[in-house]
Amino acid sequence: MNGMVWALLGAVTAAALAGIGSAYGVGVAGQAAAGVVTEDPSKFAKVLLLQLLPGTQGIYGLLVAFITLSQIGLLGGSMAELSLGTGLMIFCACLPIGIVGLISAMYQGKTSVASIGIVAKKPEQFGKAMLFPAMVETYAILALLVSILAVTSIPV
Amino acid sequence: MAVLQMQRISICAVKEDRKAILEQLQKLGVLEINLDMKDSEYERLDTAGAKNAFQKRMHLADQALEVLGNYAPEKSSLFSGLAGKPVLQNDIYTEAAPVRSRYSKIANELVSMDKEIAVQKAAIVKLENRIEELEPWMKLDVAMNFEGTHTSTFFVGTLPFLAEEAKLLSMIAEKAPDLEAFTIDVLSIGRDQTYLAVIVLRTEAAELEEVLRNMGFARPSHLINKPPLQKKEELKERIHTAEEKIRELEQKITAMAEHREALRLVSDYYRVRTDKYDVLGKLPETQRTFAIGGYVPKRYASELADRISSSYDAIVELEDIKEEEDAPVLLQNNRFAASGEGILASFGLPHKGELDPTFIMTIFYVFLFGLMLSDAAYGAIVSIACAIAILKFPRMGESLKKSLQLFFWCGLSTLFWGLMFGGFFGDAVDIIAKTFFGVQLESGQSLIPALWFVPLNDPMRMLMYSMLFGCIHLFTGLGIKGYLCLRDRDYAAFFFDVVCWFLMLLGLIFILLPTDLFASISQMHFNFPPVVGIISKAAAAAGALGILLFSGRRKKNWGLRIALGAYDLYNITGWLSDVLSYSRLLALGLATGVIASVVNQMGSMVGKSFFGVVVFILVFIVGHLFNLAINLLGAYVHTCRLQYVEFFGKFYEGGGKEFTPFAADTKYVNYGGK
Repeated sequence: MNGMVWALLGAVTAAALAGIGSAYGVGVAGQAAAGVVTEDPSKFAKVLLLQLLPGTQGIYGLLVAFITLSQIGLLGGSMAELSLGTGLMIFCACLPIGIVGLISAMYQGKTSVASIGIVAKKPEQFGKAMLFPAMVETYAILALLVSILAVTSIPV
Repeated sequence: MAVLQMQRISICAVKEDRKAILEQLQKLGVLEINLDMKDSEYERLDTAGAKNAFQKRMHLADQALEVLGNYAPEKSSLFSGLAGKPVLQNDIYTEAAPVRSRYSKIANELVSMDKEIAVQKAAIVKLENRIEELEPWMKLDVAMNFEGTHTSTFFVGTLPFLAEEAKLLSMIAEKAPDLEAFTIDVLSIGRDQTYLAVIVLRTEAAELEEVLRNMGFARPSHLINKPPLQKKEELKERIHTAEEKIRELEQKITAMAEHREALRLVSDYYRVRTDKYDVLGKLPETQRTFAIGGYVPKRYASELADRISSSYDAIVELEDIKEEEDAPVLLQNNRFAASGEGILASFGLPHKGELDPTFIMTIFYVFLFGLMLSDAAYGAIVSIACAIAILKFPRMGESLKKSLQLFFWCGLSTLFWGLMFGGFFGDAVDIIAKTFFGVQLESGQSLIPALWFVPLNDPMRMLMYSMLFGCIHLFTGLGIKGYLCLRDRDYAAFFFDVVCWFLMLLGLIFILLPTDLFASISQMHFNFPPVVGIISKAAAAAGALGILLFSGRRKKNWGLRIALGAYDLYNITGWLSDVLSYSRLLALGLATGVIASVVNQMGSMVGKSFFGVVVFILVFIVGHLFNLAINLLGAYVHTCRLQYVEFFGKFYEGGGKEFTPFAADTKYVNYGGK
């Protein structure tokens, strides 16, 4: 039964850490976006898009958590018997998206703030402004990939 | 897929036709004014005054429209932004000129009425303040400046502390025990002050006031010559009048809402005229003639030249753009590719001599977008929504229309990939069948089987295909670079910067494919005949050697040259990270599918009952809308990134100047033109 606890801890870690990161990222970007909208409400759609960019890490965390939960049979109601070793393996597999999601979402949020600054001053450069936060996201995607591949290939 | 060729046009005509020609050019909107004005010994018309006057009237009309918007807001639906501007039958000059002074007057009236309302509102605030000041004196039933009778004196004032009447009397008795012939009324106590009315025998008045003054007594600075209650009524009456007036003005303004359209027309009329006079002030002229020139797309050039020279006394010259001249860029694409122009433009238009990559980019854009969203139902929703919007609002703005067209295609691609990967609102069909109809499904079995495979069950396979698509995308980019080198007859660059890279990369790929390492990662086994292995090794080596020796071929110093070559060879890591970057195709595709399944699971938790169905429908609608929105955003951003960073990084710089013709740059109405 110990294994189950570790696996569940992994799923929770993935969702929680990445979610915290996204909440922070979307939060700071939202503050900047609100500032722009007070000056020029017509930029609402553009800054909203930029605000949402750091939100994806939370979704990736949810994704890994969901895959993990269905992998260990917690969702279907038929819990698998996990050895301590397997449980720890699943826990480790969940760590990349949790940790990288947390940190990358925070930095992506800060980059979004800077990009919102671009949109405030030069709205026609929106395409370029969008690119900077998207660069940060790459690493969250790579971490997601490792987590998914690891979780799905650990035999339960 | 092309950049339209530009020509330089120069027109010289007599001054009488000046305005007519400008109006014609403005209406056609195909000429970007660009005057070669190094030698500015020519005179120019001073139009600053006229321009300012027009600008003022334009602002006046805009202000009037704003006033109308505040007091009689237009009913606008959620989709009004799509509707676009109404189109005028005639020229804006002929439509607006006869009514302009009438509507300028109306605009003036509206703006001054708005000002009057502001004045009245300020007055009301002032009156309300005065009533508030009066409040503590309300018990007084004579005027505040009432002086008393023949034998008695009356005055009012405040003490800077709170005191009841009895306390006050004892305080006075303490200080001046011999004073007797007075009464003090405490009118009110509040705001750290005590408000008093005092009646005292004239002979004792001075002494009493002195005593009070020592306690901090002060007469009010402003005495009202009426009993406070009466004064308050008066002030209230005045507030009422002001409110009446505001209501009246508001009604008047609302009644003028019918002029909204006309005001818009007039605003645009003055906007267009301001632009015209702006240009007019820049044109060089002599006593009898003037000149104008600029860039015109070649396809419109001769038509424009004919029109001008046939209807006016004018000399028109056309010439090709000179080698070193940096002409503005206008893209020309077929209907499919034109939809991607917006994406290209937000990166940057092609600079001089660059290829317009819109067509190829749009194909990849649609392809990759579909892979990322990859849900048949979502794709159908996006496509249908875009199609309806385009058909229902034919007059919408050009760039908006192009974006919607692009998303229409992207939706179709999403539909296709959704069918390939078996996604229809995630696994909605299976969940519904299981929960509400009791269909038994084996694990891994589905009612809508994927035509190809399900990425979630086989993520490694999907990852391999993602990278394969990435390689195709990147090699296409490198291929375009090769084409550009050939076009510019730079054969050395073609061979060493393109062919060598192809040789090395393909060689490396074919070395990697049959290895055990690759097989253990991907569970795919490639068995090539041994000759392929030899060829691929030779190709990789030759390519690497070519890059090492010739990448820095512009340097004479061999040491430096090899160092540059080695550095360029190091770019292989750049290629690796570029290819890995396409793993986002897998990640985003999975994100859509998994969140959709989470939504379906949550909806089905209540189970098979009436209440369960209601919950399911609610969760289904809200959840899938959210998922669609968030993943549309993700697919849009990340497809852009793959184009901008990975694809364009191989061959495209951008930085061209956009073609901005002298045209009727209107805000509210459209008219004529091409």
